[in-house]
Amino acid sequence: MLQTHEISPEVIEKEKLYQEMGLTDEEYQSVKKILGRQPNYTETGIFSVMWSEHCSYKTSKPLLRKFPTEGPQVIQGPGEGAGIIDIGDDQGIVFKIESHNHPSAVEPYQGAATGVGGIIRDIFSMGARPIASLNSLRFGPLTSGRVKYLFEEVVHGISGYGNCVGVPTVGGEVQFDACYEGNPLVNAMAVGLIDRKDIQQGVAKGLGNTVLYVGSKTGRDGIHGATFASEDLTEDSENRRSNVQVGDPFMEKLLIEACLEAIHCDALVGMQDMGAAGLTSSASEMASKAGMGMEMNMNLIPQREANMTAYEMMLSESQERMLLVVEKGREQEIVDIFKKYSLEAVAVGKVTDDKQFRLIHHGEVVCDIPVDSLAEDAPVYYKPSKVPAYYEAFQQMKTYQPDVEDVAETFKQLLQQPTIASKEYVYDQYDSMVQANTVVSPGSDAAVIRIRDYDKAIAITTDCNSRYIYLDPETGGKIAVAEAARNIYASGAKPLAITDGLNFGNPDKPENFWQMEKSVEGMSAACLALDTPVISGNVSLYNESQGQAIFPTPIVGMVGLHAKTKDITTSHFKAAGDVILMIGEAKPEFAGSELQNILEHEYFGHAPSIDLDLERKRGDALLKAIQVGLVKSAHDVSEGGFSVAIAESLFNQPTLGATVDLSGDVNTVLFSETQSRYVISVDPADVAEVEALIEDATVIGHVTENGVLRVTVNKEAVITEPVQALETLWKGAIPCLLKSKA
Amino acid sequence: MIVFPGSNCDRDMYHAAKDALGEEAELVWYQDSHLSGYDAILIPGGFSYGDYLRCGAIASTSKIVDSLKREAERGTPILGVCNGFQILLEAGLLPGALLRNEKLKFICHHETLVVKNNQTQFTSDYQMDEEISIPVAHGEGNYYCDDETLAQLKTNQQIVFTYKDNPNGSVADIAGIINEAGNVLGMMPHPERATETILGSMDGLKMFTSLVKNWRDSYVTNA
Repeated sequence: MLQTHEISPEVIEKEKLYQEMGLTDEEYQSVKKILGRQPNYTETGIFSVMWSEHCSYKTSKPLLRKFPTEGPQVIQGPGEGAGIIDIGDDQGIVFKIESHNHPSAVEPYQGAATGVGGIIRDIFSMGARPIASLNSLRFGPLTSGRVKYLFEEVVHGISGYGNCVGVPTVGGEVQFDACYEGNPLVNAMAVGLIDRKDIQQGVAKGLGNTVLYVGSKTGRDGIHGATFASEDLTEDSENRRSNVQVGDPFMEKLLIEACLEAIHCDALVGMQDMGAAGLTSSASEMASKAGMGMEMNMNLIPQREANMTAYEMMLSESQERMLLVVEKGREQEIVDIFKKYSLEAVAVGKVTDDKQFRLIHHGEVVCDIPVDSLAEDAPVYYKPSKVPAYYEAFQQMKTYQPDVEDVAETFKQLLQQPTIASKEYVYDQYDSMVQANTVVSPGSDAAVIRIRDYDKAIAITTDCNSRYIYLDPETGGKIAVAEAARNIYASGAKPLAITDGLNFGNPDKPENFWQMEKSVEGMSAACLALDTPVISGNVSLYNESQGQAIFPTPIVGMVGLHAKTKDITTSHFKAAGDVILMIGEAKPEFAGSELQNILEHEYFGHAPSIDLDLERKRGDALLKAIQVGLVKSAHDVSEGGFSVAIAESLFNQPTLGATVDLSGDVNTVLFSETQSRYVISVDPADVAEVEALIEDATVIGHVTENGVLRVTVNKEAVITEPVQALETLWKGAIPCLLKSKA
Repeated sequence: MIVFPGSNCDRDMYHAAKDALGEEAELVWYQDSHLSGYDAILIPGGFSYGDYLRCGAIASTSKIVDSLKREAERGTPILGVCNGFQILLEAGLLPGALLRNEKLKFICHHETLVVKNNQTQFTSDYQMDEEISIPVAHGEGNYYCDDETLAQLKTNQQIVFTYKDNPNGSVADIAGIINEAGNVLGMMPHPERATETILGSMDGLKMFTSLVKNWRDSYVTNA
């Protein structure tokens, strides 16, 4: 049953070669027990990828169970390629976020590009047309040459793939902190639109049905990519470059069109993309989900390189490949559809009823595994958890009070902090308008895509402030969800559901696991309070470099619905004379703030507090006011506090200014990052009605036509600056950092 | 509208013609090799064949382009946008070439264009020197031609649109040109993305209304 040149099962056990593939001693023993014999080389590889964290969630599963995943708006929760929510009219929105951190750290262009490609495949494999993509990026400070290179190439990779494949990149976020220096984060989210009747499942149903392989040929790229993603980044990671796949967006574009044509042919039974762990995971999951088995002939797999072994083919992560199950006897109907797009669709196997995953190569059985043991029986670990010492120390601290010497200068400095500064450099490289449905492009709180032929639209955002989560994972987890919801509310939409991209360090360290546990608890509480269940997600662990973990970064991708397109609201002030109102009141909360970053170059103290009921109440009240037609602009207050929020409301409007009068402690009212706050503008005639609808709304000033931002605190002028000059600083910061020598 | 493998603005163009303009439109797959019987031919943007060779180069060798050339000779109005413009250049239906953007990066935002010739069948609804806001989205939109060709373009009023604030390094700020016969127009900016208020600009619609009006006029005159 073995090929002669392969390492024998005996040697694999004796020399513990399974460890190199990522299996532990105990896991290897379980495999032996399942098979009743020693696994051969191919089988060992297959178990090791399917039981890797990336595919099995063996460490995070106990935590993921805590997420609320149900609600009347949920059509498809976690478990399939992507989740689906109901937007009425028998239409659904399909979405999911996925990480591509490790590949992007080693080969940033291809790492980011294939991240985009992979998540888009998850969307159209459900039968949906991809209508938008977003991304959430984290890098070290933009001062080292290496970080600049990673940043530029990741953006270039997203742009190269996304633009070519014809899916608009409509939004996202980029943040910079020292903890990401050696381990950048690249999370990509894709969103699709589907008619409910077209929903596909990745199932291999029907005894004797044919398994079709579609798309690019299989090469040796990306072998063991899933395992690579499940360990720490070290200096050796450079040698992992061959673990990184290469993307072909043209092939992906053809696949999208062909697959979306194929779903209308009822000969198609099931469809799944070959993502992490490639052919192994797609084939075994499809069989397992259907309660069936599968047999494939490896000689029939289209191969890019000569003399590939079964092991290499099964573990390759070559991109742009799909696996289809088709009714026996009707293969030609599907083959013809793919032929139109010059794509090969090749029969490589059949559905069996013995629940075995069997592979034949050169006439010999090279793998014979109970299929459920791969997808269902992966081990689950309950890792020890321990409160980190730093957290206990932060909890003992007195409230952090910043010492600001020059308020106006500090304000200008904040606008130039890369995390706050304009990301135009980034999003100008993305085609944000292809498909001609983008109503709100990058740069506002949430991106808005209209649903053609209907008077409705969806709002999409990604968000996560990991500084707060580092300070206090539970509170920070709540804030991550709440802040995403704030973006959706401010755009005039009702938040519906989230996808989560959980990025953490090595879970074997109890302190890291505690961070994971607490942030998931916080997120779950917020999801319940805001009625935004988790419908899909991804877990990326081992985000460490030289033994140093990243801040816990559970990224939230949220989708909301505009009941009418007239509700679509942007963050920019619209007309001179409009009245500016502040919703919510600032408290002295500076720990984890951008101000603390500037002054202390580190983060410590208590995370800002959050009251989820209040969050919901304010969001709902604001949405109501928007729906009544009373709100001309709405912007949430986030990094940098009120001062940054008001400046951002003025940018990109050549002539407008604002005069604002506040009272209280100067630092607090300008720079505090107290949660659940918005800056809105309304017509003077509507002020009373808005105040009646939104309990915590207070008039603080008005929009002017003099192009000057003037802020007084306790009647004393603290900021008087031409908006144009502020905008130049804000827009120039990132290009300037990139140009300066490292 | 011709759809090549990798075209990705085909639906946008289709909806602009069908929904915003209210005309009949049909997407024609590049393997359906004849194009006769259509009143106008639109070539949408995108990344035909992934733009893995020069943009538009592979598409320009497909059979349907022979048919396109015949239609161009017959005087059928042909509009190529973005990748469609690149294909028209590669096919030799328009003079010049498109290079990578001066700053070597893809750009995507609204640009202000100036209408430099409103005497064409594509632009008669615009005022001369009218400033319009149309999105650009390209990595290789830097128009180049030699001095002799440029002089010809100028003499014959073949420069139809220029950029007010040149974003990509194009010679003479050129955003769109027409052939000497006046029936083949190529441009980098996307008028089909500016045909509805909700998308931020209606300024592209007049290209389509001009085209329809001129076709009706000539049809009525000839009838």
